[in-house]
Amino acid sequence: MFRFLLGRLAVLIPTFIGVSIIAFSFIRLLPGDPVALLSGERVMSPERHAEISHQLGFDRPIVVQYLDYLWGVLQGDFGLSIVTKRPVIDQFLELFPATVELSLCAIIFAVVVGIPAGVIAAIKRGSIFDQIIMGTALVGFSMPIFWWGLLLIIVVSGILQWTPVSGRISLMFFFPSVTGFMLIDSLLSGQEGAFQSAFSHLILPTIVLGTIPLAVIARQTRSAMLEVLSEDYVRTARAKGLSTFRVVGIHALRNAMIPVVTTIGLQIGVMLAGAILTETIFSWPGIGKWMVDSVFRRDYAVIQGGLLIIAGVIMLVNLAVDLLYGLINPRIRH
Amino acid sequence: MTEVTATTPISTDPSRRARLAEFWYYFSENRGAVIGLIFFLFLVLLAICAPLIAPHDPTIQYREAILLPPFWQEGGRAAFLLGTDAVGRDMLSRLIYGTRFSLFVGVIVTTLSLIGGILIGVIAGYFRGWVDTVIMRIMDIILAFPSLLLALVLVAVLGPGLTNAMIAIALVFQPHFVRLTRAAVMTEKTRDYVVAAKVAGAGHLRLMFKTILPNCMAPLIVQATLSFSSAILDAAALGFLGMGAQPPTPEWGTMLAEAREFILRAWWVVTLPGLAILATVLAINLMGDGLRDALDPKLKRS
Repeated sequence: MFRFLLGRLAVLIPTFIGVSIIAFSFIRLLPGDPVALLSGERVMSPERHAEISHQLGFDRPIVVQYLDYLWGVLQGDFGLSIVTKRPVIDQFLELFPATVELSLCAIIFAVVVGIPAGVIAAIKRGSIFDQIIMGTALVGFSMPIFWWGLLLIIVVSGILQWTPVSGRISLMFFFPSVTGFMLIDSLLSGQEGAFQSAFSHLILPTIVLGTIPLAVIARQTRSAMLEVLSEDYVRTARAKGLSTFRVVGIHALRNAMIPVVTTIGLQIGVMLAGAILTETIFSWPGIGKWMVDSVFRRDYAVIQGGLLIIAGVIMLVNLAVDLLYGLINPRIRH
Repeated sequence: MTEVTATTPISTDPSRRARLAEFWYYFSENRGAVIGLIFFLFLVLLAICAPLIAPHDPTIQYREAILLPPFWQEGGRAAFLLGTDAVGRDMLSRLIYGTRFSLFVGVIVTTLSLIGGILIGVIAGYFRGWVDTVIMRIMDIILAFPSLLLALVLVAVLGPGLTNAMIAIALVFQPHFVRLTRAAVMTEKTRDYVVAAKVAGAGHLRLMFKTILPNCMAPLIVQATLSFSSAILDAAALGFLGMGAQPPTPEWGTMLAEAREFILRAWWVVTLPGLAILATVLAINLMGDGLRDALDPKLKRS
């Protein structure tokens, strides 16, 4: 297991260096003067330009600039936002829990609905259930989720008036952030109705963000299950006289889950990308909306820092998934 | 030589027509795939003949007909079958013209990433060694970013617009083709027929592109249909975020972005462009499933 971890790290470190080079060169690839872009000052005298250029270190050799940047990054310094003048990492840490909360809810929704749906489709292969589940999954897989979100707002928030349209919680409630997760914080605050408000704000974004992972997980579960059900050990279990429930639930499902776990892990990257659209539609104050807003505000320092942090987080998550995969499937370690 | 020709009829007919017939046999067994194909052909026809079919110019603003509902609703007019948008443009005509942009995006992005991915992937899988290592590390770096985020940032660098959106999406999709091609080339490379061709004196280029590549196409074709539909989705998403095609272009994602403020007042300006995207992507994915069944030898019952 230790060697497996070392092997993964040997790939991860050069990839992270490459990612940091991309983030570093991004600001220098932009059309226009990086000094003016980073300082946010449009018109400046040559003296002022030289001064800021010196402050930002642009008057040094490019390699020194990069190493300095990398050194800063390793110590958690991702630069200052041009608009708010606050450290990028602080803003990220403030907004990240909102995205994590939404993504966790979405992945739980996708797994809780997707795996049973896939199992049923596999057991009842070719039946009307199978056709309906797989048809729905294909529609979900093909869904433009930004439109799906608008549609749900029209029907559920507009016509039925069941859920609020945007945000994380009603403005009536105010309490200090303890964990950053609104569901937990609202419970801790002890205010009446706060949890219900936070929960109802989460429903639509969760469905929207969970739709594509749900479809992918259902399809993957079905095909993995079909493969396992034709194995000899499943036939043996059946021949032993075990009930279908036992055969499917204990013997088949466990082995079918191996590829599904990988799929779930891979969905996390998809989630963070999907969060860009979902958070924009529902004005969810997370990192997806933060990045989109920064693109529009031309806050290049945030884009540069955010890009690197998000890529770093995804790489760590993928590493964790790999390790987990090694634990549940010992064959992969060698 | 005569002996060889005498034995061929016994084995399966390797001619192109027979292979096509076999492919069609498996493809047409999948009802969804055939429906998808028919709908896709209908869209292609719509895109080509858009000026002939569309009842109005997609950019003309009829000032006296703003936010008209579709004709079957109260207040709708027969002249505007699917209603008009916030500045009085005919929805139906804009949707028909939108087909052009979406299919164009799909074709260009898939072609760019397929050609680039094949070239790089064949080189990596054929030469191996440090070339392979460098290429795969670069692909890992691209894959480390969420694709839509990277495309969004690339468009922010290049400037908003449909062309830049297509370039960005193609770049983001490329690694998938590289990985698939490389894996396929690596398995094919050690086969006897490749060794035979090598012994017969075939050069590197011939071995790479004429001997090995044609046998690696099946997974690439399936991936190509997948990226065709994903490209349409991503381009529409960028348009929706205001970073893709710019108004007044009748691109479906851009139309949705313009319609956002009317979601609770005029359902048709929001519902119809999204439905068009969904139907197009669904048709292509149905075709993709059929292609996978027809091309994947593992699932064939022969």
